[in-house]
Amino acid sequence: MNEPHFRRDGAWVGASVPRREDPRLLAGRGRFVDDIALPGMLHAQFVRSTVAHGRIVAVDLDDVRAVPGVVAAFSAADLGLGDVTALLDRPPHEFVPTSMPVLARDKVRFVGEPVAIVIARDPYAAEDGVEAAVVEYEDLEPVVSDTAALADDAPLVHAEAPRNTLVDVSLFATEGIDDVFAEAPCVVRVRTRTGRQNALPLETRGVVASWDDRDEQLHVQTATQIPHQVRTVLAGCAGLDEKQVRVTVPDMGGGFGQKCVVGREEIAAAAAALRLRRPVKWIEDRRDALTAAFLAREQRYDVRAAFDADGHILGLDADVVCDMGAYSCYPFTAGIEPLMASAEMPSVYKVPAYRVRGRAITTNKAPTGPYRGVSRPQYVMVVERLMERAARELGIDPVEIRRRNVITVFPYTGVNRITYDPGSYRESLDLCEQVLRDEGWYDVRDSGRVIGIGYACFSERTGYGSGAFAQRKMQVVPGFDISEIRMDVSGTVSVTTGTMSHGQSHETTMAQIVADRLGLDIAQVKIVQGDTDRITYGFGSFASRSITIGGSAVAAASEKLGDQLREIAAHLMEVDVDSTELDGAGGVRLRDDPARRLSFAELADVAYLRAHLLPKGVGPGLTATASFDVAGDGTFSNATHGVVVELDPGTGGVEILRYVCVEDCGVAIHPQIVEGQCRGGIAQGIAGALFEQVTYDAAGQPLAPSLMEYKVPTAAEIPDIAIHHLETPCAFTANGAKGAGEGGTIGAPAAVLNAVNDALRGTGVELDDTPIAREAVYRALNSALEGTHV
Amino acid sequence: MSEIRLVELTVNGERHDLAIEPRRTLVDVLRHDLGLTGTHVGCEHGICGACTVLVDGAPVRACLVFAAQVEDADIRTVESLAAPDGALSDLQREFSAHHGLQCGFCTPGFLMLAQGFLAERPDATKEEIREVVASNLCRCTGYQTIVEAVDACAVRRREGSCA
Ligand code: FES
Ligand code: FES
Repeated sequence: MNEPHFRRDGAWVGASVPRREDPRLLAGRGRFVDDIALPGMLHAQFVRSTVAHGRIVAVDLDDVRAVPGVVAAFSAADLGLGDVTALLDRPPHEFVPTSMPVLARDKVRFVGEPVAIVIARDPYAAEDGVEAAVVEYEDLEPVVSDTAALADDAPLVHAEAPRNTLVDVSLFATEGIDDVFAEAPCVVRVRTRTGRQNALPLETRGVVASWDDRDEQLHVQTATQIPHQVRTVLAGCAGLDEKQVRVTVPDMGGGFGQKCVVGREEIAAAAAALRLRRPVKWIEDRRDALTAAFLAREQRYDVRAAFDADGHILGLDADVVCDMGAYSCYPFTAGIEPLMASAEMPSVYKVPAYRVRGRAITTNKAPTGPYRGVSRPQYVMVVERLMERAARELGIDPVEIRRRNVITVFPYTGVNRITYDPGSYRESLDLCEQVLRDEGWYDVRDSGRVIGIGYACFSERTGYGSGAFAQRKMQVVPGFDISEIRMDVSGTVSVTTGTMSHGQSHETTMAQIVADRLGLDIAQVKIVQGDTDRITYGFGSFASRSITIGGSAVAAASEKLGDQLREIAAHLMEVDVDSTELDGAGGVRLRDDPARRLSFAELADVAYLRAHLLPKGVGPGLTATASFDVAGDGTFSNATHGVVVELDPGTGGVEILRYVCVEDCGVAIHPQIVEGQCRGGIAQGIAGALFEQVTYDAAGQPLAPSLMEYKVPTAAEIPDIAIHHLETPCAFTANGAKGAGEGGTIGAPAAVLNAVNDALRGTGVELDDTPIAREAVYRALNSALEGTHV
Repeated sequence: MSEIRLVELTVNGERHDLAIEPRRTLVDVLRHDLGLTGTHVGCEHGICGACTVLVDGAPVRACLVFAAQVEDADIRTVESLAAPDGALSDLQREFSAHHGLQCGFCTPGFLMLAQGFLAERPDATKEEIREVVASNLCRCTGYQTIVEAVDACAVRRREGSCA
């Protein structure tokens, strides 16, 4: 493919080159899971639980098997697979391990839980088959909220988890913290609930599994962010060696964390393919995606903050309860949300004293897993509310109180024992406020309309190395990445990465990194991702780790290969290796005599076709492998978001008039892509603040099973977003880059909520829950009006 | 079980004879019977617009239409936008230039929506474009760059016709 060659200062990194993914995606020639068709392929659908909590008395699939077009139907007993079990190495009072059977066995725990798999010649027949299934349940009392789950006489979702508690950790408790609160001149408190949300990738989950007799391998093509972990679990459940399973990932239509856990449907479909020795495809429909895919975000916070009279924070005391639904997700476990919130709540502020308890509660609702930002949208919202509340109480400007508290001297080690690398916390705050002032929004705010301005100031840990995850005591410890680079005879390279793009453009950005390290054109670099046969091991893409960790591994492998090329060139030119250098144009030259050079193609020709010319001790071929892990506690991107909203007293509606984001992700490999990540993230954050919520009735029946009820914002609700970049290069990564995937989602709910509350100033009402209910805004505005009449 | 019917479709100028169940939706026929997998399925209930194609020039949600209903129509899918040699159309190029796509799953739907709209309303304002873009869902971009891409295409086309 001919790429236009855009280079800034001779470097690929930092240039917004055209994305290499675009031509195929724009022409309709991408290849997503559902685009795959194999000879003899069959189609799967699932019989799913209609009750929230029940004992399975009988599963009768005889009528299913009689439906025309149906080829097979399996219950848990028929498939006989092992369970999916995610573990933390924590003591029993802190963590209760629970297993998720691939198909429900004795009990169902949420509406939508898969009970049987139906395999048919086409998806229509598979659905006919599902309708013919007869499953008999003995109803058990469902537990539909975390408060109900914690009640003394609550029914148990998992017999092994007393008080329906899967995780209960008190990670930090500064000595003397009670005295801090007792003596503080100002103590504010925020109690908040955030709604259950669906990450909702536009492409639902899906898999095509087939047995390959030639490779003696089960080939699973699936939309996943974590191909290697899918292989590990699948091999374990099905009793196969890992070499007997190959997981590959085609183009992916988003993931946002929902595809970052191992789904039981993937395993069931693969097991059916293994059993039938025929390819089986499962494509999740939107109804199933809305009711049975992994959800996130339903959390309850009760947090107090102590301040001195000048607005300096003295301490935080937090109780966090996360409603994780029916099962622990693999590999993260139900600990993912409470552990994240507990460890990182102090956020960008200097907090001297801290106590936190974090709990994961199990209920009869669809299970939860990671979703873009993981807990940070919630705790940032809480901490930013506390700042605003203290500012109000102490009569300090809300931006000024943040200014007094943000970390400004780096590296800074917090009360949470995390060391933050340098960032621009203060600068981003100042700039964001300045932009809104310069644009005149403060004048508009004071003009009599119901307008508010809100901010959120935050950091996000992005390069989580093994050390950070080991601290959580996960039994599967992600962190490192391994990259292999191979130069072919023509002097172009293929590079593997254990990360997995699902829209973030790794084919472009990883190639930029390699091109700079080797002095190649990006058209001469091929990125290989999403294939467990070709990639040693990897942890996929989540926690904005791809560029920080994956990109650093790719850079390290490239450098190793560069050294090999120089060694061969030095030998051929009969000089010392130190007198050679890469020439930035696909060759090696002499430092002192740049005209003398050998191109990579000439060197590769020797390495492969005339190996007898290689230096002694250098074997044929040109490959290099490198791994990378983050030293220290990782990297921290940061940002400040500023929002202007107008409230409609007639409807309680919230309109966003202006959105400004000042972000710092270190060196931006591709600024346009970074902006794209910010905007997309902010849209999802606004969605959480104003629109989206998964709700259930008292019996545990989902109330938003279609996009008619689950309101995803459109271009009419998401405003244009101005983005300003600051750049604090990161010392821990090879490229100076920090992650950029999640910040938008983290900052938006807090900024929007603060703006709404600013607009409600004078009404005496403060709103702390999301999504912000129109009725609550309406009531606040109108009761205030009534109030003024009295 | 259900009877099979002969259906004759014209897609991207090519005629196809199909023997299908009457309940088969247009999007399934396009994707799975004709192998035109560029058109995507995001919801199957008419909300997301990922399945948008042109039927006699107008954007239509192919998940809400049975193939048997559009026998006499001219159906266009995303595969028809680029030139036979693969050169992208002006609209496609603007999507790339403005980073109007990330995962690219919603993209064919937005392209066909915009293609149909701009043909009808070449002098559409940016506000009108935003309103039309609001009929489809994108989960990645936050929409701004999609609106900008469509607007830039409209502006260029107008400048081109003025020149
Ligand atoms: S798939 Fe047709 S509108 Fe969503
Ligand atoms: S680009 Fe991913 S859904 Fe639009």
